[in-house]
Amino acid sequence: MDKPAPNNQPDQWKSLKEYTSARIVLGRNGTSIPLKESLAFQMAHAHARDAVYSHLDIEKLKVEVEALPQQVICVSSKVENREQYLKRPDLGKFLNDASAKKLDEINDSGSEVVIILADGLSSSAVNKHAVPLLKELLPKLQDAHKTVAPIIISEQSRVALADDIGERLNAGLSLILIGERPGLSSPESLGAYLTYKPKKGLTDESRNCISNIRPNGLVYPAAADKIFYIIQEAFSKKISGVKLKDNMGNLNA
Amino acid sequence: MIYKYTVKNNTYNFESLRELMAKASPHRSGDVLAGVAAKTYEERIAAQIVLADVPLKQFLIEHLIDYEKDEVTRLIIDTHHKERFEKVSSFTVGDLRDWLLSEEIAGTDIADLSPGLTPEMVAAVSKLMRNQELIAVAKKCEVVSRFRNTLGLKGCFSTRLQPNHPTDDIKGIAASILDGLMYGSGDAVIGINPASDSPSRVRQLLEVLDMFIQKYEIPTQTCVLCHVTTTMEIIEAKAPVDLNFQSIAGTEAANKSFGIDLKLLDEALEATRSLKRGTVGDNVMYFETGQGSCFSAGAHHDLDQQTCEVRAYAVARRYSPLLVNTVVGFIGPEYLYDGKQIIRAALEDHFCGKLMGLPMGVDICYTNHAEADQDDMDNLLTLLGVAGCNYIMGVPGADDIMLNYQSTSFHDALYVRQVLGLKPAPEFEKWLLNFGIMDEQGKISNAQSAHLLESLNHL
Repeated sequence: MDKPAPNNQPDQWKSLKEYTSARIVLGRNGTSIPLKESLAFQMAHAHARDAVYSHLDIEKLKVEVEALPQQVICVSSKVENREQYLKRPDLGKFLNDASAKKLDEINDSGSEVVIILADGLSSSAVNKHAVPLLKELLPKLQDAHKTVAPIIISEQSRVALADDIGERLNAGLSLILIGERPGLSSPESLGAYLTYKPKKGLTDESRNCISNIRPNGLVYPAAADKIFYIIQEAFSKKISGVKLKDNMGNLNA
Repeated sequence: MIYKYTVKNNTYNFESLRELMAKASPHRSGDVLAGVAAKTYEERIAAQIVLADVPLKQFLIEHLIDYEKDEVTRLIIDTHHKERFEKVSSFTVGDLRDWLLSEEIAGTDIADLSPGLTPEMVAAVSKLMRNQELIAVAKKCEVVSRFRNTLGLKGCFSTRLQPNHPTDDIKGIAASILDGLMYGSGDAVIGINPASDSPSRVRQLLEVLDMFIQKYEIPTQTCVLCHVTTTMEIIEAKAPVDLNFQSIAGTEAANKSFGIDLKLLDEALEATRSLKRGTVGDNVMYFETGQGSCFSAGAHHDLDQQTCEVRAYAVARRYSPLLVNTVVGFIGPEYLYDGKQIIRAALEDHFCGKLMGLPMGVDICYTNHAEADQDDMDNLLTLLGVAGCNYIMGVPGADDIMLNYQSTSFHDALYVRQVLGLKPAPEFEKWLLNFGIMDEQGKISNAQSAHLLESLNHL
């Protein structure tokens, strides 16, 4: 018996492909997606799944951040494992007792900015993008004479963990760089959330968000410019969130 | 009423009907997160045993959310059809289950009873039913809606063509639409989730869609899924609006967090109907829902997420919508953890929607942090096809590049139609045959439709 053609029904409208990155013009075998395309999808999903279960490379991050040079403190939320992280977002918003004690003992009079590197839903995004972004951002903060607290590396974190950390360190503003929910085309994308006068109990409307930070999305220099702009605006207007409009213009265009 | 059950030496006292409903719900992560779920397997079944004996009448006396505090409760109670309820007024929840499953009871009997059922009664009975029973009863129901074609007829299975693009690029969107049409997708609606909610952008997208379906005389409707107030604004400005879309939920407070209330939806219905753009009917509203939205807005009043969801269907039915779909797996694993929970929730939503008289579709979907994959979606797709679901989504390759989640592909719809012998909406099917896209057996043609492709140059 003859083998069936590997893709016996290619689509005739291939020219459409140039207009979108959507999975169009896949062709078909019977009513099914051809094997090559089916496996390409499965591979993209595999990357996204692996990103959710990836770990922060704490040793490497520590070495790289200390070389900037910045002090590093490692903490963790109340979440004990990834399954609990996914089921109990409430626990990811607060430090566990040991971490809370560690920060309370610092007894800092308070830096203007605290920066947190947090796993979120994609540790691999943080492993890859956080330090290159810091290399762009920290010199700007230095030039503007903003004091920066020790860099916090935090595990099993939700965005709101920045409130707990910022409040304990008495920081003027928190910036959390956190792995975003992986998409099929972007398993390693970093998000940045900024909160002026962080304290426990704040909600998303108190934050400004810059998302899709990665080489094929918002590139590091543009992301650093945008973050730095919001930090300055937040300090000058003494506010963050929906009331702080992003009037930066077309810097990212 | 006292809600109490003793098994072995354990006595379970359920303080209220609200608590009983939550504890009787099949297990899902969202109810655990909300702290309303049963603590043990035994407690859950004890609650189901008690719930089976609760008279339906009790739901009219013991409101799960206060009448004074919530306009959705007022809507439910004030529009309850007492005459239709009469024939089941002596029933318990368990009796209702048996009645629905009985061979003597047809879909028309269920449709006749529907206005006499409150969403809480419907949610309650679903909690006592296994997946196959949710499918068997839903299959009896036929809920038909009409705008430019006829949706929901028995033997038909439709799709919303969802051609999203991360920057709303017109040619990018058009490319996905053409791809979808070549696969016979788009009879429920061609519906775009825009990246930007700006009125001028929404209007521009609508004008392109409208031009396209007029030029090729495609018997379907279009929609840009923005906030209802944006749509009302552009209706004022004479934009070609077919359907008015809105996300809705089951409590007044949750709807408030969406920026809507019933008065606003009343105005939206009237404004959209006044355009008289439908050719075979005037069902003009399109609603999306999903379990977990009330708790996520801090507006669930200690109700379980499935009961909240069915209350949203009471909001929907007030507006005789063309389309309602639950976006079942979009909300994430803290509400529906894995494939099992997503499948159960989807079958409940479809069943409850049909019992409430809604033209129910399902966005069969999952996110990458849920314990689910394409196999789970294939299972759910097949189950919903058997259950007589009105429509699903048609997304290129099942990968929505704007919303970043996985839904169903154009191919998925072809698969369900083929294995179950289902057809597109009749008017749309005729168009597909005329254009040589599909043959009488439902097989997609291999010939290219050059004049459709050529249309891209005119956008």
